[in-house]
Amino acid sequence: MSEASTGSLKKTPLHGLHTRLGARMAEFGGYDMPIQYADGIMAEHNWTRTNAGLFDVSHMGPSFLSLPQLGGGDEAHRKVSALVEKLAPSDIAGLAPGKVQLTVLLNETGGIIDDLMIGRPADPARAGMLYIVVNAGTKENDFALIAAAAKGHAELRRADDRALIALQGPKAEEVISGIFPEAVALTFMNFIRLEHTDYGRVLITRCGYTGEDGFEMLIPAEHGEAFANRLLEDHRVKPIGLGARDSLRLEAGLCLYGHDLDETKTPVAASLNWMISKARRERGDFPGAQRILGEIKSGVPSKRVGIKPLGRAPAREGTEVQNMEGETIGVVTSGGFGPTVNGPVAQGYVDTSYAKAGTPVKLLVRGKSLEAEIASLPFVPARYKR
Amino acid sequence: MTTYYTNEHEWISVDGDVGTVGITKFAAEKLGDVVFVELPDAGKQVKKDADMAVVESVKAASDVYAPVTGQIVEGNGAIVDEPAKVNEDPEGAGWFVKIKLADKGQLTGLMDKAAYDAFCANQ
Repeated sequence: MSEASTGSLKKTPLHGLHTRLGARMAEFGGYDMPIQYADGIMAEHNWTRTNAGLFDVSHMGPSFLSLPQLGGGDEAHRKVSALVEKLAPSDIAGLAPGKVQLTVLLNETGGIIDDLMIGRPADPARAGMLYIVVNAGTKENDFALIAAAAKGHAELRRADDRALIALQGPKAEEVISGIFPEAVALTFMNFIRLEHTDYGRVLITRCGYTGEDGFEMLIPAEHGEAFANRLLEDHRVKPIGLGARDSLRLEAGLCLYGHDLDETKTPVAASLNWMISKARRERGDFPGAQRILGEIKSGVPSKRVGIKPLGRAPAREGTEVQNMEGETIGVVTSGGFGPTVNGPVAQGYVDTSYAKAGTPVKLLVRGKSLEAEIASLPFVPARYKR
Repeated sequence: MTTYYTNEHEWISVDGDVGTVGITKFAAEKLGDVVFVELPDAGKQVKKDADMAVVESVKAASDVYAPVTGQIVEGNGAIVDEPAKVNEDPEGAGWFVKIKLADKGQLTGLMDKAAYDAFCANQ
């Protein structure tokens, strides 16, 4: 078991804290990140499902896209939205103030370049600005694409030098209410901006990547550690590494870019049709629209599904999926052990004729054919605050 | 009974011509929570340094290698039913298999406890 040198990796504002907490560190998205702390992945996963878990997600790519003049009402919002709608199939212009939306950047053939979050500020004085959060491993390319699409009309300002801290779990709201009482009123996929005496300007989004209720907070880098420490002083909060983040999101049926999504997959193949709004379908004005609209109408050859191995053996990424006759019908794109399910869980792509929940399939694991079935996602019901 | 160690972090404790094999405490800690174990059937021939079993944590699957050539006498069904036993007592109740050694001479190439501890300190 060897560990890669971490000398050239980027560090988040919480790096020192992870080290002091005794985290096991590894490379992720070009950053030296905590994979787990002393309690281990299983305990961290279960803690998040029952209490509140603190995640450092500062490696991700928060940013702001702004018109030169802010405050122009709906018209300004439509104008800045039009710039990103050149790249994404969702109705960004139709976002209500304070709302965030999960969407995708598409290439010209409708392949997914990245999945990302786009938000419209609640404050009318900031109309004409979008809050955009992209993935860590893809952010350089994403930022270049968005900046190019907006060139001459709006400026993209990166905010990925700040701390981005997620608090997830059924007790997240109780914990946050003691620090940011304003955040309690937020419902799922809404955000606010506030000024805090100790932590300065903070953006709080009610969202997450675990299937649990929770918040993601963008905080000035210099206050990141003090804020994380304050959360950790609360007996309901423990630090959670990327290992448990992965098992939590897998049980929640959420996609991991580079595994479940990539440029060979369209949103229809990825079972993300809901991202493509009615207005955009009618206008057909997004990259790859012809192909994507055709797929919505006539179907796709293969699509993303949940896969439940019926035994105890996990099926990892790359595992071949077969029909009962032993013919190849697909592949696992992420899979592992789900501590809450207390068994193996996976997702992958299968021929559409096998995509119905309950369809029996086989998984080829180390040369053995294991029983499994297509399962509806998520494996663990979401507990978002709607 | 003497215990030997491999640089792949297996241990083998030899009594007569049968060795009990498992993964070391060091390896179990590195792996984290074990959630699945796959063992070879009794009677199977295994070859020194070839993979013979699989141990999986939440995050990844790892091979376990045979420290010696021989025949599987039995596998530890208890860790198949309850994989967490591997973390609880890796060098005791969490043993993997018993192997009937084909050549006891192969043991001389393995490490003793002191050499293995020094090896781990450099990992």
